[in-house]
Amino acid sequence: MRNPLSKTIVTIEPSGIRKFFDIVSEMEDAISLGVGEPDFDTPWHIRDEGIYSLEKGRTFYTSNAGLKELKIEISRFLERRYGLSYHYDDEILVTVGGSEAIDIAMRAMLDPGDEVLIPQPSYVSYLPCAILANGTPVVIELKEENNFRLTAEQLEAAITPKTKILVLPFPNNPTGAVMEEEDLKAIAEVILRHDLFVISDEIYSELTYLDHHVSIASLPEMRERTIVINGFSKSHAMTGWRLGYACGPKAIVEQMLKIHQFAIMCAPTTSQYAAVEALRNGDGDVQQMRDEYNGRRRYLMHRYREMGLECFEPFGAFYTFPCIREFGMTSDEFATELLKKKKVAVVPGTAFGASGEGFIRISYAYSMENLKLALGRIEEFITELREKAQEK
Amino acid sequence: MREKILTYIEKNSKINLAELAISLGVDETAVLKELEEMENEHIICGYPTLINWDKAGIEKVTALIEVRVTPQRGMGFDKVAERIYNYPEVNSVYLISGGFDFMVTIEGKTLREVSQFVSEKLSPLDTVLSTKTNFILKKYKDHGTVMAAPAKDERIMML
Repeated sequence: MRNPLSKTIVTIEPSGIRKFFDIVSEMEDAISLGVGEPDFDTPWHIRDEGIYSLEKGRTFYTSNAGLKELKIEISRFLERRYGLSYHYDDEILVTVGGSEAIDIAMRAMLDPGDEVLIPQPSYVSYLPCAILANGTPVVIELKEENNFRLTAEQLEAAITPKTKILVLPFPNNPTGAVMEEEDLKAIAEVILRHDLFVISDEIYSELTYLDHHVSIASLPEMRERTIVINGFSKSHAMTGWRLGYACGPKAIVEQMLKIHQFAIMCAPTTSQYAAVEALRNGDGDVQQMRDEYNGRRRYLMHRYREMGLECFEPFGAFYTFPCIREFGMTSDEFATELLKKKKVAVVPGTAFGASGEGFIRISYAYSMENLKLALGRIEEFITELREKAQEK
Repeated sequence: MREKILTYIEKNSKINLAELAISLGVDETAVLKELEEMENEHIICGYPTLINWDKAGIEKVTALIEVRVTPQRGMGFDKVAERIYNYPEVNSVYLISGGFDFMVTIEGKTLREVSQFVSEKLSPLDTVLSTKTNFILKKYKDHGTVMAAPAKDERIMML
């Protein structure tokens, strides 16, 4: 029999972290700090709209790019929150989560050999998506000394004549790092000079604990070379609804729409109706969740200081990224030992790229009680490690 | 800061003050001071506990009583309300809009105890025109809290 598989797909490694997750799921009494989604339920009025749409029998396809009402609401939301202006008719595309948007943006923009700059540590799908779109991923290793922000120097150094796209994953999963306006201005200058395009994954934009989130597309001349990706999963605690969107200049969005149309048809109709409600009447919910996350974030940082665990202060998403180098273990070893000895699950930084070595991701999408309990166990664990090191 | 403190303690009056201060990113003494002031100003009126008596196996009967009254000259609704809320059996008294005037909740050990209160104390009041007693059969949610145990965390590890 011939080999049924494509040469491209077999070069992509399955995520190594799965093994670790399997151990966690089998451990009955483990406390997990490992999930990447909100602990809140979707606010009831949003769920209610979803239910109502089913009751009314709205069970058909929507138009490929999404419900008109939803696109109008998205356009208004981006305007009022980030000062971005996109026309609902041909510059906004409703997708199955932010992840579909990442995939189709790359497929619409890459030719074989084009290089895609991917800052890491970051979410795991950029690299395989670039490869599947025939692009060549090029990793930029973000540094803790820069608070895991991308600097103009780092960007400049990674650019070759083949570079076409920069992926900009901020607020960042797993580090919690954000890019402020000044940081964005600095890299925008480089992007313009080298005529690059940006895929800006802003899925965590509503979870920013500084003044407000700034989108790179709001800087001069950047709108026409940026695809902004966002969605409802993190801001409105709607992960399971699978709903996101991409916005950008018509010329790119209409090509993305072709892929979406043939591969997906349209995003789930129920979710789209629920999302209309989320954007019309959900700003208060988002504020409430943001305040709650912020309280937990401050609590974690306080506890790290108490136990002498080094961690730069994250200002976005719901992750902290403490450094564990002092214990002389790899991230993987640390996470495995912590799970075995204290039954606390965290994610090794290396799951998000080699530059995550020496760090672990701790999510605070958990109740305070849960966090307190888990942090107590982590403190015990590192105290024991330090004692052992001293005995030697 | 007041609103933030109130939002936290409305959900959990047992919250540790040091932790509350950390969560708000302020000094613990500042939180303490605000709380004291709000207690003095009677913004914070108490710290009762939400109890699921059913689960404790202790019998309690609660009734919601709709009361119609005639406010008398020189004696507005406030005075009538005072007559009613001074009874220790009375849990809450609200003046409401609609078909009747007061919504009164009464808690007693038995049905009999509650009906006795209504027939012997509440109804005979001069100003009370009529009452309608609704017994609570089951409490599903109280003070924004669902009485049933919260659902298990079903989220899976995901990057």
